[in-house]
Amino acid sequence: MAVNILGYMERTSPIHKLSGITKLIVFLIWSSVAMLTYDTRVLLVLLIASLVIFQLSKIQLKDISFVLIIILAFLALNNVAIYLFSPQEGVQIYGSSHVIWDGIGRYNLTWEQLFYQMNITLKYFVVIPAALLFILTTHPSEFAASLNKVGISYKIGIAVSLALRYIPDIQRDFRTIAQVQQTRGIDLSKNEKLTKRLKNVISIMVPLIFSSLDRIEVISNAMELRSFGKHKQRTWYSARPLLKADVFTLMISLVLFIAAMVITFHDGTRFYNPF
Amino acid sequence: MKGNLSIRTIVAIGIGAAVYVILGRFLTIPTGIPNTNIETAVAFLAFMAVLFGPVAGGLIGLIGHALKDVLLWGSIWWSWVFVSLFIGLFIGLFARRIAIENGEFGTKQIISFNVVQVIVQVIGWFLLAPLLDIIIYAEPANKVFTQGAVAGVSNIISVGVIGTILLAAYAKTRTKGNSLSKEA
Repeated sequence: MAVNILGYMERTSPIHKLSGITKLIVFLIWSSVAMLTYDTRVLLVLLIASLVIFQLSKIQLKDISFVLIIILAFLALNNVAIYLFSPQEGVQIYGSSHVIWDGIGRYNLTWEQLFYQMNITLKYFVVIPAALLFILTTHPSEFAASLNKVGISYKIGIAVSLALRYIPDIQRDFRTIAQVQQTRGIDLSKNEKLTKRLKNVISIMVPLIFSSLDRIEVISNAMELRSFGKHKQRTWYSARPLLKADVFTLMISLVLFIAAMVITFHDGTRFYNPF
Repeated sequence: MKGNLSIRTIVAIGIGAAVYVILGRFLTIPTGIPNTNIETAVAFLAFMAVLFGPVAGGLIGLIGHALKDVLLWGSIWWSWVFVSLFIGLFIGLFARRIAIENGEFGTKQIISFNVVQVIVQVIGWFLLAPLLDIIIYAEPANKVFTQGAVAGVSNIISVGVIGTILLAAYAKTRTKGNSLSKEA
């Protein structure tokens, strides 16, 4: 079981220097545009932009290759599933049918379907770099501070940063428990039958969850002793003020957002139809 | 909601979300149908919702699922994240009558917990998830409804079996109310 979980990577780059608030807002704008639009032109511009930003961030491809492989496998599977379930979805959306290859029954291949599935794939490719960049270049404590700065209650911010802080610890607990149970002869591999595996999984979950409940008690007592939550506001050790670069970035992304929305929706549909 | 969150609830949200991520990453049971797993994380979510209430349940669903997605996939599948929030919130809301803190988890409570979880998850996975997939991602309707139904069935089994066992185990660790009797 390798430790394949993404986390903050310390580098010196213009992206790392931006304040966490800026990155959070840009990430939210970015993913909502990618969610809303189906316009190929907008998606292509966003894709190129995100690749450029990725280059700027000095994150290497090998740092994230394990995630990329999972994502690509998922995308491939998703595309196959879409085609199997609805080979005429593109024809329905774009209202025309240019057949490339005649198949069996409704399973022919049309340009419309290819174009539609290419757009779906593009949507993912646009979001992935933005989300990865956000996670890789924002320090967890700064993330909590930024959540608070965009208007979310600081208590929720603390909950999120607690989660990020304790993921490695709980992962360690999990591994210890799993190994202990395996030395006792509990088999977690697929050699066991489903019902037996279910039982074996529970034998890991119970200690993991009960030790976490203890953790909750200890941490909340410690926070209570330090009078957490006494005031409506709090200050953040790791909050950074907005610099010129931040304001500039925010302005650009706001302009991009409006432009993307206008281009996408000016003709009343969010699909760009080249046919 | 702001202000009256107790410290214990906040910490439960944080730690709960972390456990959700770990369970989602390492502890899923493949059912044999491709791409369909029994998610232990959903059972854990239901368990926490009963223990800590609707706000904690909803936020563990939201934060845990969003973090899991972003840490493992690099992108967030918002429609399903929202369903996790919905499930945590409503199981927490309707399961409040189960006084698990008093060690009461007999047949009656098991039935009412499972009725609640089945209703909430049927709405969540069979309706909400596919509808949001269509609205947000414009995916083909029959594909997302099939996906939702398959995920729904496996998650209902997960909560029904694992969730119930977890709650029963927890109830055993609590002291029952009125458990003292006066000696004659």
